[in-house]
Amino acid sequence: MNSQGFADFRTGQAIPRGQVPQMPFADFRESIVDAVAGGQRVAALFGDVADSTGNVDLYAVLADSSRALLRVGKATLNSDRFPSLTPDCPPVHLFERELAEQYGVRPDGHPWFKPVRFHSSYRPGHDAWDRKPGEHPVIGVTDFYRVEGEEIHEVAVGPIHAGVIEPGHFRFQCHGEQVFHLEIALGYQHRGAERTLAGGPDKRTIHMMEQVAGDTSVGHATAYCQAVEALAGVEPSLRAQVLRGVALELERLANHTGDLGALAGDVGFLPTASYCGRLRGDFLNLTALLCGSRFGRGMVRPGGARFDLDAARKEKCLERIEAAVRDVATAANLLWTSASVQARFEGTGAISQDTCLALGMVGPAARACGLDCDVRRDFPTGIFRFTLVPVSTWTTGDVFARAYVRWLEIQRSVAFIIDQLQAFPDGPIRADVGPLKPDHLVVSLAEGWRGEICHVALTDGHGQFSRYKIVDPSFHNWMGLAMALRDQQISDFPVCNKSFNLSYCGHDL
Amino acid sequence: MLSIISERIRQGHRTIAYPAAKPPPLPDRFRGLPVLDESKCPDGCHACALACPTDAIARDDQGLRLDLGRCLFCTDCVDACPEGAIRFIQDYRLATTTRADLVLRTGQELKLAQPLEQKMLRLFGRSLKLRQVSAGGDNSSEADLNVLGTIVFDIGRFGIQFVASPRHADGIVVTGPVTENMRLALLTAYEATPAPKLVIAVGADAISGGIFRDHPEVHNGVEGLLPFDLYIPGNPPHPLTILDGFLRLLGRLERNEPRTVPVTAQPDPALSAARS
Repeated sequence: MNSQGFADFRTGQAIPRGQVPQMPFADFRESIVDAVAGGQRVAALFGDVADSTGNVDLYAVLADSSRALLRVGKATLNSDRFPSLTPDCPPVHLFERELAEQYGVRPDGHPWFKPVRFHSSYRPGHDAWDRKPGEHPVIGVTDFYRVEGEEIHEVAVGPIHAGVIEPGHFRFQCHGEQVFHLEIALGYQHRGAERTLAGGPDKRTIHMMEQVAGDTSVGHATAYCQAVEALAGVEPSLRAQVLRGVALELERLANHTGDLGALAGDVGFLPTASYCGRLRGDFLNLTALLCGSRFGRGMVRPGGARFDLDAARKEKCLERIEAAVRDVATAANLLWTSASVQARFEGTGAISQDTCLALGMVGPAARACGLDCDVRRDFPTGIFRFTLVPVSTWTTGDVFARAYVRWLEIQRSVAFIIDQLQAFPDGPIRADVGPLKPDHLVVSLAEGWRGEICHVALTDGHGQFSRYKIVDPSFHNWMGLAMALRDQQISDFPVCNKSFNLSYCGHDL
Repeated sequence: MLSIISERIRQGHRTIAYPAAKPPPLPDRFRGLPVLDESKCPDGCHACALACPTDAIARDDQGLRLDLGRCLFCTDCVDACPEGAIRFIQDYRLATTTRADLVLRTGQELKLAQPLEQKMLRLFGRSLKLRQVSAGGDNSSEADLNVLGTIVFDIGRFGIQFVASPRHADGIVVTGPVTENMRLALLTAYEATPAPKLVIAVGADAISGGIFRDHPEVHNGVEGLLPFDLYIPGNPPHPLTILDGFLRLLGRLERNEPRTVPVTAQPDPALSAARS
């Protein structure tokens, strides 16, 4: 226990639910506000229905990167209202809206209190907006932020966008070309993923994890498997951990490379757009060489990995990755040396480090603001406990920074994969996973290509999930995109959007 | 400028010769067409059905059946089968014209998609504009649709193009299990597309709901919502599977049929190892 009354533990460490400190809500609130003011992050804030009373338990998971510690605490709400934390602690703004939508509890004083995903409350009869029970909420029917004035106009885009991408609704308040404010309204992709995980794990669970965000199959599957292994008391072999780490970095390589190409395309620089479009495929095909699926499906499984890497395949992998990164290097360097590209990247969509911190942003978008954060180093799991991937940062917080950090990370990931494969340890690739510990809680973090993936599993008395919470990095970062558009030209929206490239389905779950 | 030009020369020509030549080789662990051999099934064994996350495979009174529209190509059934009655071979050609054609049985050849009728072929055969609608898609099918636009596949050379507005489109391509929150937008996009129009479902999610089937927030894919002209199974389908489907629909693969992988292809030893 520490001074704030929260319990210390580590990522991938299962603790009995009885050890989660229960405290009055006022203390719970104060601890979170103080911790965030002191530099800790809120990795997760979520609800669960207490068994007997039907009251809602609130759980908070704080991340203290200076000591590689997680902290957890719990408070029970005695009514359907509570004083919002958001005015004193902005990073929880979306968590509180999510809590209200899922459990029908209202954070009084929340500055922008709207549904997140437009679904019915998990607790029938309790609705934070007093909507009719039994009717599915209609998406998009809600208040939107408006700037009033004679010369102000509003541009509404979506849910279906011009490109081949996921749906979401964007509203710009504009003065001529200048964007005063952008509001992003999501929820169109809501598939009810989180809710259906309760009662598991079963034969569907791992496949669901691979589709929480289909471009982050390895990231979410890794976070899930780490949670299950902690609950079962199983340690995957070193060889399996290397295989997972390689798959995770290949996923990062494919997506970062694809994003560099798409950013080039958005500013009309076709050479890099064309090359990176192909090279992204080369990394996807490398993942398929490993496991048959371009998206890493089937690779990561509880207890280890499902596919091994024989010597011939390893050599082929090394050969192809070296060839691919040579081409990525020249394609990326064309971006940094072309004045026409730099003129569009530099200074566009900049967010300050203060804004980034206030929003609790994660991943490359946060590192592009100079935040030295990376789960692989701060809360290492799996192979990252035994090797260091240097953290790549830049300071300007603009489109250039978000692009350049990706290029830095591409180089680090390639170096990691080559190192790991050259010293590939022997051993089995998969251990048996037995029953999960009953009445335990575990938090599992992984650095997906978009940033921190957080999974929290709570088991019941039979070792089944009574609650499974997923926080995709996009959940933390969408507000960052909205802030990046302030005072920008509306025509810069595509390049700003692509510089974040956030997940819609990962957010909507 | 010189560096841009020299890099252009160095990167070279990267568009695949398919369909004039064979498609590029697929990785040996690629999981394509499933092949069933019911003769190996022990009496009363339902191991595959019990393992399948989407109930795609089952034994009914006519024997072993596998619904490609539900299949995730995860091979959990292969791992569960004690007798090796199920194999996934490297044949990437999976698209069909009807939902019923996606149901496979022992010894039955998959009835691949048929070309459109003459009138439609005259309209769309050399110029097909498609509007893509992701309705709860997980961004993997979407990503591999985007890949078709890269220089590797370059679907522009077949006259196929993804367009921004359904009003400019000849058809829509649906991905995702169709969430309740996207149902209206999907139907609106369909109505905005001028007739005659095509509808194409890409991926297990769109065809049957996939792993999200029977979730209260989804509609089990497009079935019953829209009339369909082409089903492309997979989770997500490989870009070649999607391209093959598009080209078959447009009748562009009849003369230059690429050579297929023999059905006797050996299963990957890694899969056999996983089974034991």
